[in-house]
Amino acid sequence: MQLARVIGDVVATVKDANLHSHKLLILQPMLPDLTAAGRAVVAVDWTGAGLGEHVFFVRGKEASFPFLPSEPPVDACVVGIVDEIDVPETRPESATQETGSRPGTIRDPVS
Amino acid sequence: MLLARIVGTVVATRKDERLQSAKLMVVRPIDPSGKPEGNYLVAVDTVDAGVGETVLVVSGSSARMASGLKDCPIDAAIVGVIDQIDVQDTRSRAATEETGSRSATQTQETGSRPATQETASRPATQTQETGSRPATQTQETGSRPSTSRDPVS
Repeated sequence: MQLARVIGDVVATVKDANLHSHKLLILQPMLPDLTAAGRAVVAVDWTGAGLGEHVFFVRGKEASFPFLPSEPPVDACVVGIVDEIDVPETRPESATQETGSRPGTIRDPVS
Repeated sequence: MLLARIVGTVVATRKDERLQSAKLMVVRPIDPSGKPEGNYLVAVDTVDAGVGETVLVVSGSSARMASGLKDCPIDAAIVGVIDQIDVQDTRSRAATEETGSRSATQTQETGSRPATQETASRPATQTQETGSRPATQTQETGSRPSTSRDPVS
């Protein structure tokens, strides 16, 4: 699974029947210190995540498992909303100062 | 899933028999602002999309779960036609210079969509147009930040 930030959403009217009524989010994958890493992807939302939130998502065929027994054609699915990341080795100084929390702990700015 | 634009079609007479009657398209992944990036892909179209449209492409083994493609030897399928892309957080997109220069305050003040862009235009011209659009013009359009709207819809 990968960390990401929700940076937008996508609207598609014509789509696979199994994709109907699923929210499509644009995710920017990121490192634990919240810097962007890699290309933006479109993922199906399973958690009710919204714009600007930090989430983690699963890639590959496993992305369709939350929807079982239905098998929608998805290869990325948001399966969790991040409340807090604690990675001591990253120690982002700015984030620590802002939140006033332990070094390496990043609280989701949205929450 | 990837955002991509259909740039062409592929015809193959001799192919795996499970691919017969499958419509093959050449697609190019794009970033949320509409800029082409990465390599071209051949994808099976399951939603009757056409050349020039912005689509949603699912890749890997999940592509086989698109309707009518069970057990087909494919690794990319077009599963949706994009009507609209909304990107409001541009901070993380270092690659797009034009969006990077747009100030966050402007976005919040207007609450409108400055960078509405026509996604169906050819990628090269589109990039130039977006890049050259000055800030004042952007405000005049009165639309929300970095929204790509597909004029086909």
